[in-house]
Amino acid sequence: MNRFEYVRPDTVAHAVKALADRDARALAGGTNLVDLMKYEVTRPSRVVDINHLPLRQIEPAPDGGLTIGALVTNSELAWDPRITKRYPLLASAILAGASPQLRNAATTGGNLLQRTRCYYFYDPSTACNKREPGSGCSAIGGVNRIHAILGASDGCIAVHPSDMCVALAALEAVVNVEGKDGKRSIPFSAFHRLPGSEPQHDNTMLQGELITSITLPASDFGSNHTYLKVRDRLSYAFALVSVAAALKLEGGEIRTARVALGGVAHKPWRDPDAEQALQGQPPAEAAFAQFADQILRQARGQGENDFKIELARRTMIRALRQAAAGTPQKQSDKFVL
Amino acid sequence: MSSAEMLHVGRPISRVDGRLKVTGQAKYAAEYPAADLLHGCVVSSTIAAGRIIRLHTDRARAMPGVVEIFTHENSGKAARQDEDWRDDIAPPGHPLRPLHSDRIQFDGQPIALVIAESVEAARDAAALVRAECAIEPHCTQLEAKRSQAYVPPEKRSGIPPPSDPRGEPEQAFAQAPIKFSREYRVHAEHHNPMEMFASTCVFEPGGKLTIYDKTQGSQNVQSYVASVFGLKPANVRVINHYVGGAFGSGLRPQPQLFLAVMASLALKRSVRVALTRTQMFYLGYRPDTFHTVSLASDHQGTLLSIMHDAVAETSQYEDYQEALVNWSGLMYRCDNVKLSYQLAKLNKATPCDMRAPGAANGVTVLECAMDELAHELDIDPLELRKLNFASMDGNTGKQFTSKALDACYREGAAAFGWSGRRREPRAMRDGHELIGWGVSTGTWEAFLQTASARARLTDDCKLEVSTAASDIGPGTWTILTQIGADALGLPLEAVSARIGDSTLPASPVEGGSWTAASNGSAVQAACEAVKHTLFKRAQRMANSPLADASFEHIEVKSGGIGRKDDPRRSLSIAEVMHAADLTEIVEDGQASADPEQAKRYVSYTNSAVFAEVRVDEELGIVRVARIVCATAAGRILNPKTARSQILGGVVMGIGMALHEEAMIDHRLGKIMNHNFAEYHVPAHADVDDIEVIFVDEHDDKVSPLGVKGLGEIGIVGTAAAVANAIFHATGKRVRDFPITIDKLLAA
Repeated sequence: MNRFEYVRPDTVAHAVKALADRDARALAGGTNLVDLMKYEVTRPSRVVDINHLPLRQIEPAPDGGLTIGALVTNSELAWDPRITKRYPLLASAILAGASPQLRNAATTGGNLLQRTRCYYFYDPSTACNKREPGSGCSAIGGVNRIHAILGASDGCIAVHPSDMCVALAALEAVVNVEGKDGKRSIPFSAFHRLPGSEPQHDNTMLQGELITSITLPASDFGSNHTYLKVRDRLSYAFALVSVAAALKLEGGEIRTARVALGGVAHKPWRDPDAEQALQGQPPAEAAFAQFADQILRQARGQGENDFKIELARRTMIRALRQAAAGTPQKQSDKFVL
Repeated sequence: MSSAEMLHVGRPISRVDGRLKVTGQAKYAAEYPAADLLHGCVVSSTIAAGRIIRLHTDRARAMPGVVEIFTHENSGKAARQDEDWRDDIAPPGHPLRPLHSDRIQFDGQPIALVIAESVEAARDAAALVRAECAIEPHCTQLEAKRSQAYVPPEKRSGIPPPSDPRGEPEQAFAQAPIKFSREYRVHAEHHNPMEMFASTCVFEPGGKLTIYDKTQGSQNVQSYVASVFGLKPANVRVINHYVGGAFGSGLRPQPQLFLAVMASLALKRSVRVALTRTQMFYLGYRPDTFHTVSLASDHQGTLLSIMHDAVAETSQYEDYQEALVNWSGLMYRCDNVKLSYQLAKLNKATPCDMRAPGAANGVTVLECAMDELAHELDIDPLELRKLNFASMDGNTGKQFTSKALDACYREGAAAFGWSGRRREPRAMRDGHELIGWGVSTGTWEAFLQTASARARLTDDCKLEVSTAASDIGPGTWTILTQIGADALGLPLEAVSARIGDSTLPASPVEGGSWTAASNGSAVQAACEAVKHTLFKRAQRMANSPLADASFEHIEVKSGGIGRKDDPRRSLSIAEVMHAADLTEIVEDGQASADPEQAKRYVSYTNSAVFAEVRVDEELGIVRVARIVCATAAGRILNPKTARSQILGGVVMGIGMALHEEAMIDHRLGKIMNHNFAEYHVPAHADVDDIEVIFVDEHDDKVSPLGVKGLGEIGIVGTAAAVANAIFHATGKRVRDFPITIDKLLAA
């Protein structure tokens, strides 16, 4: 770990000012940042402890949705009655991730900003374009069974590790940030980015910006939804593939479909065209299979992770079945519905 | 009945050290304070083979608080001969000498030690050390070196090489009506106990050292330090009162020990060196192994030929060996057997005994092959095992001191409900899940090692039993207390155990499941000696009521010594001691194997493991719904700690079946999943119902206490039972452990 300056601002304005420095990092729950510092992956010049900022509220949003403060912990969010009632998909996805101890510390904003779990990113003795731009990607041709099958580039095949973000993508949340030039809101689909030639950038936030809250729109996917996560053990592992599915059914047909995939790309993966194609179809096997095939048309394996393409297809179909039947996967159950 | 009259041995006594552990009062190696303590942080190689050209330490030296940086250029004087570096457990070869030369033989090899006034300064400075290396070609891939495998020329002490072929295995195989050869692989696993390796070396004026070390053997470490640094053993005291798990990784002195002592001697200060979790992956490990198992039988299932050929990895500098294939020659009756065991050198650290070394992996593949044979024959896999029951050890021709394996089969099957099994695969289903039931036999050798103990009985009827044993988790503190209490008829509260200190009576390392039998028997012998002395003293008293008694008629209980047949003829311990002008009686005892008996008998622990798995075939998800493990281990000293031993072994077996695997980038020669997030062991959710059964087994030959030991047996057979259950559920045979989702989808 390197020596760093520690500051603890009381206002968002002060925090934004403290974060203006290029190598400053915000510390919230610390469940990822502290690890990254210990592994010498991140070497901040300044750690800005934002835990004293007034960002711990869950409040009604003007359009009927909810605004969630950036410092609301994953546990508080998952068990908040407004979330469990109106956004059970989000609650489920949060509970599919990490452990109770980690969820008690980890925050909403921090969850969005967690870094990839790529083995090479975590090992500073190897080349990694995300950690050291221009050094190369060791995962290509290496140990890559957990890596991306969609949207990867020649420079990076890492995946975003979050479960919560997969649900937020499906729910079309909005990320509210504040920087030196003021506040702005970023649609969730535009928040995380694909690696391209700049894999060092996980998202579209600008230098010095701070997530202050996220807003959940007033949509209702309370009855036909699921979060299905497949991993290498039954708990406490990152997703090989996960699927957040939310459907609106009407008269035996799919009216709206939102499906986001986790563990397969540099960001929660959605395909609006494929979702569009589900509209008007009966919620049955044929449509689900067609949907999965359409999403995976662009999929490309890296060798060790080739199996994730077929696994993703099966997981999508299973998740859509669960959502259509109104029988969401329970995260406390070990068997898959 | 008062507590003093109750027998403690055989009862589920809670750990006597439990409260200390859960309240944080039990101190571990890195927790001992010392005045002016310095802290060391190890810098590890990031290449797998080559030479260090230069270590750039300027930036690290400039870090405030840094005292010294040791490299191969200033690591000070140490022994020159390999022999002086060889600990009790070392395999043949050239033991690793940390910071000894510029040569790098594996990724993660220690190349520098930063010593600083604070742990933070040491850690932060270590991150600034840069190694300039000449990289040489390396190989970390066992398949690449398989064709160059060799029979180890020098055998490792204590490890029997595969027995010579018997009968006509090839011919019998060729002529048999039912036969097959199968390839299996069990990938490398890493011990990763919770407690990281650490040594706190306290430098005392005059040069005496007290070393708090994470080890499974304080005296092994003491003699290693003495011979490596040329010190008098009396000037080196090693303490390991509590050990936070080890699974075999603490059998040998690990590099942090050498480094802490080296720095302490050079700087004449107390030094602590603790490894990081990442560095824990570069110590020993269970070696990656390839197996070819060939089985042949007649149509009824009688085995006609068994051939088991294995290749295991080792390091560039030592020939690590374990009993990997021997089990295939002794678990079942067969007249035609051929076993072979070869090594291949890779650029990795030397493997190290890991829970049931050789059996956990070797038995697994034999037991999978037995399941394949049962399927070929279309007979019940449990029946196949019973049909080929071995009533003597085919490798040596010797008798078993006891073998209640049939009771394990019977009681395990009954508890599991095995008779309700449908034989054909894919026949049982519940919703999305296919259900499979699998079985395996498990076995492990029951050892009795030479061990000594001391018993000290004071006139207030307090007993202290001591031996330089370790307790890496099985409950050694507790069982030694129980044995002492029963031997002299005392309540548990009156007995204290002392272990984990090299100054105590001689003990082997804690390993091989031999501690309960060996150190327990030594404690028993020491207590018997105390009893004998007490008796002699009592007889010498004027008008002694025991004057005409013989020792066999005497019992010591409730604070007195008297005749068994006439309790009125007794004396209190206090009056006997006071009459002899004594305040205490101290005696030593010893246990060791009887060489005459060893000519005729061998001893093994046996088990039958039954597993139910549920497989979501569409998604490839496996869950182990229940395990029944029935074990025959002779006398059970403490059913509670014994059960915990089996539970731990079974959980580790589930990990071997489904999770544990070091993932290596062979281009770089590096383990990539070197943390607990990515190196998977079973989480709570992966562990469901485990039923532990101890069948009755009386063995008056295995050890004076009739104990066989339980440290390893729980893991042996569990992975095979799970794998066989997966086959029964799905009809898919995965012969490559661990059985992960990708392999099941591809099968």
